[in-house]
Amino acid sequence: MTALIILLCFILITIVLVQIGKVTELTAQIKGEREVLRDNSKWNGLLSIIFLVVFLGGVIISAYEFKNVMLGYGPHAAASKHGAILDALFNLTLVFTGIVFIGTHIALFWFAYKYRYQEGRKATFLAHDNRLEVWWTAIPAVVMTLLVVRGLNAWNEVMADVKEGEDYMEIEATGQQFNWTIRYPGPDGKLGTRDYKLTTAGNNIGQDFTDPKNWDDVIPGQELYLPVGKKVRVRIIAKDVLHNFFLPHFRVKMDAVPGLPTMFVFTPVKTTAEYRNELRKYPEYNEPYDLAEPNGPKRWEKFDYELACAELCGKGHYSMRRIFKVVSQEEFDAWYKKQESFYLAQIRGKVDDPNKDKMTLPIEAPIRAKAFGESVKKAVESANATDKTLQLSFINFETGSAKLTEDSKYELDNLVTALNTYPGMSIAIAGHTDNVGEPAANLSLSVERANAVANYLTTRGISGGRLKANGYGDTKPSVPNDTPENRAKNRRTEFTVLGGGIPTNPS
Amino acid sequence: MAHVISAAETLEETLTQELGYNDHFHEHHHGDKFQSNFLTHYIFSTDHKMIARQFLITGIFWAFIGAAMSIIFRLQLGFPEADLVWLKPLLGKWIQVNASGIGKLDPEFYYSLVTMHGTILVFFVLTAGLSGTFSNLLIPLQVGARDMASPLLNAFSYWAFFLAGVVMFLSLFLSTGPFSGGWTAYPPLSALPQASDGSGAGMTMWIVSMALFVVSALLGGINYITTVLNLRTKGMSMWRMPLTMWAFFVTAVLGVLSFPVLFSGLLLLMFDRGLGTSFYLSEIVVGGQVLDRIGGSPILYQHLFWFLGHPEVYIIILPAMGIVSEVMSVHARKPIFGYRAMVFSILAIGFLSFIVWAHHMFMSGVNPFISNFFVIFTLIIAVPSAVKVFNWITTIYGSNFRFNAASLFSIGFVSMFISGGLTGIFLGNSAIDIQLHDTYFIVAHFHIVMGIAAFFGMFAGIYHWFPKMFGRFMNETLGKVHFWGTLIGAYAIFWPMHYTGMAGVPRRYYDAGASFDAFRHFTDLNKFITVAAIVVFFLQVLFIINFFYSIFSGRKVTTKNPWGANTLEWTTPIEPGHGNWPGNIPTVQRWAYDYGKDGKEFIPQYVPLGENEHDHGNH
Repeated sequence: MTALIILLCFILITIVLVQIGKVTELTAQIKGEREVLRDNSKWNGLLSIIFLVVFLGGVIISAYEFKNVMLGYGPHAAASKHGAILDALFNLTLVFTGIVFIGTHIALFWFAYKYRYQEGRKATFLAHDNRLEVWWTAIPAVVMTLLVVRGLNAWNEVMADVKEGEDYMEIEATGQQFNWTIRYPGPDGKLGTRDYKLTTAGNNIGQDFTDPKNWDDVIPGQELYLPVGKKVRVRIIAKDVLHNFFLPHFRVKMDAVPGLPTMFVFTPVKTTAEYRNELRKYPEYNEPYDLAEPNGPKRWEKFDYELACAELCGKGHYSMRRIFKVVSQEEFDAWYKKQESFYLAQIRGKVDDPNKDKMTLPIEAPIRAKAFGESVKKAVESANATDKTLQLSFINFETGSAKLTEDSKYELDNLVTALNTYPGMSIAIAGHTDNVGEPAANLSLSVERANAVANYLTTRGISGGRLKANGYGDTKPSVPNDTPENRAKNRRTEFTVLGGGIPTNPS
Repeated sequence: MAHVISAAETLEETLTQELGYNDHFHEHHHGDKFQSNFLTHYIFSTDHKMIARQFLITGIFWAFIGAAMSIIFRLQLGFPEADLVWLKPLLGKWIQVNASGIGKLDPEFYYSLVTMHGTILVFFVLTAGLSGTFSNLLIPLQVGARDMASPLLNAFSYWAFFLAGVVMFLSLFLSTGPFSGGWTAYPPLSALPQASDGSGAGMTMWIVSMALFVVSALLGGINYITTVLNLRTKGMSMWRMPLTMWAFFVTAVLGVLSFPVLFSGLLLLMFDRGLGTSFYLSEIVVGGQVLDRIGGSPILYQHLFWFLGHPEVYIIILPAMGIVSEVMSVHARKPIFGYRAMVFSILAIGFLSFIVWAHHMFMSGVNPFISNFFVIFTLIIAVPSAVKVFNWITTIYGSNFRFNAASLFSIGFVSMFISGGLTGIFLGNSAIDIQLHDTYFIVAHFHIVMGIAAFFGMFAGIYHWFPKMFGRFMNETLGKVHFWGTLIGAYAIFWPMHYTGMAGVPRRYYDAGASFDAFRHFTDLNKFITVAAIVVFFLQVLFIINFFYSIFSGRKVTTKNPWGANTLEWTTPIEPGHGNWPGNIPTVQRWAYDYGKDGKEFIPQYVPLGENEHDHGNH
């Protein structure tokens, strides 16, 4: 309805204007050419001056009104180290262009007014003036040289990669329709390799999990943290189409290109809290964050550094938002510590895991050692008999034999550690099989396997007197042998804590 | 149309008969017997003046479509809450009506509109509609030729453009929508139908249309170059050509050198789309599907595209500059200031336009070291551009300036060129471009400097040469309303975008940044821009009404040279036939800018030099 009314209004105005046009044309013919020229001069000369004043006035007033979005000014100061250089260059350019803009506009419209047609005036025959032309070629050339030199200095400084031996942190951003995957390296400080062909529903960015560097890499949830004052090198890549990694507050922008990793190095210099505090000074940031909640949090309280996409990537281009929180190194470390390895949490043991044949990866060993130590401690301290028996979950024998596999050593070494921690403790090792095959053969295999474990322990310096080894064949299943899974559970090696002990090292 | 040469009545006719070049034109009657009926005269004409009018009217058609598209997406940006259900009869399924009956623009179609708006305005309106119209109309008339070097190729040039338009127009009606990946059509988005609906049939038709357009540009360009180089009348040395000729000539050279590169870029894109090649594709997983395309580079396409794309902006602006120089000088009654400097700056800008293309790609992943060169060359362009601006302003200085729609638009052009050109100094400096690249700042920059400015040049040309094209004047009052309204309105649309751009609001956001805290606080500004855009749109409708009304009922031209101009087109009859001059072709005795010289208001080019008179066209 509004649209219709607006349309009708415009049609009406158009009709009126066309009629006025017709009438003025008729009167012009009556008045004659000279009269028309005089009228034109009067009115359009006046309009030139009015336009000049209104336009330049509007430009200056609006610039004042919007000063708070200008680069480097007030609440819009850069939050990165290099950003300040860019903001300064912007403002230098603004000064030069501003002078030229105002000067040329005054000249243009003032001359148009001053030299408007007047009867009897003769135009000056002024075809060229070499001196003038040399001046106004030379001056722009000098100003441009200045801006180019300043600009290129800034550019090469900003775009430089990290130097060898420099302290920095590397993260990786992968753009895809229509979100970002941000990856942090694990404690090894290195990002694992990728191969896009490995991409699956679970392995979203095609990490190559045969590369040990990938095992500890972290892909945090919605909230991303960066430590203040630390140089960050962002590796940028796209999975499908072009994207652009844009952090407006940090003056960071770089295309994400499939097949061609790019990068940007920057150093955040203001924490989110500091930036919020600065915003607090400005009235517009003291307005409610959500207009529907006038008493809710204010804009400055909810401020966050945002990541956007700045390269058209499809119909969801406008929605690729993420948040970066810049915090102190301590807060960052605390947050980082809480992050789980993506591999261990999401991939390990699942369909995309290429290391399924490896029972224990070096990265898992310390985690398991800790858990093992804790369960032994519990078993030692517990009064309850059922708590005293523990399973050696991560040892394995070659099929039909009592030879321990190479990666069983992690679990067995944990047991060695436990026995050394509790020198008074002795244990009974028990081998079990499932019900497949001859019971007699099963029995002897289970005895051999229990002995194999005991033998490993003695080779690691545990006195044989502290160890008992028994085999029970299929006589003591932990669950009924009715499914392959259950049978697998029954093929197990356990140990029972017999004598308690006082730890050599109470911690 | 055998003309009987009557006794000379005016000085011009005397001089043409005495000094003119007799190519025995009246003995041939060529052309006209093939163009005597409606179809051959108006449709399949080979007369450059008719082809110019065809380009112009087709351009106006496309400008209307392109501008209307911008109004629809501006409604989305300015009034995201508004109910657009009233557009459903026009847009059908692209208006999604929700449960409460509120109609919303489909995001996919929003991107189609943005893409089509860019493609249409850049290529169909500001290349074909501007350069096509005025190169065709003016080159033979101003150099003193009967027609283009090859009138038939010239007609083919129009028809290739027409077909390009047909294909593009039909693509608007595809069920998957027209192409929606931006007018630059960067792969992989443009190469993978899985990545976007518009990258399916819409993109195929886009490429076909652009290929036809390249054919049109090349046929036209070769003709313009050949005509300027070979068909100048006696005495018309290069240094006596009006600046329009220099501008159109350099424009044509740019087009001929750069359009084939776009074509090859699009051809490789077609191969990637249809033949399974990997020129632009590498290591892509799209929609969960792992593609076995390896080794290509999306950046290669960007190089090929911008190798055209940058000269293209000069293909758009140079003709406007030429037109403005000529129109301004005629109505200032004063020679264009620094003619030779103007020519050299056109040549310098033309040359530099080929070595700055990667300034569109500072942030695209090219080696930052390479950008150093492109920054230097880009900012050097500011020097010839500044020279041109100062020369235009000095042309007005000391003049006796006649205000009319044509001359006002030439002033408006200079204002727009200054405003938009200066922001180019920010963007051309790669370090500042880090922040401003792909934000509303660049939208403001290029719309002002090559959109509005080129339109102003085009309007100046239309108002000025309308009498030559149609034998009538356009309505001056409506023209002035059109000018002042558009000048203010255009600044009202694009000036505020500098501010949103500085705030970092990225361009091509369907929701205008509503989902970002940093970008969403410009709703009032966006409303203001949209309202201004609607007003400006209706002012252009007013222009179109004026244009078509004046063709049939405008005030009639009664003298051959209504503006008192020096150039040769005003020596032809009021409604020139095919062949332009009924008798001898006038010969040229002096440069085109003897206005106000030696106490005479103007001295046309066919008037011989007086004794001891200095010829400014022959230093």
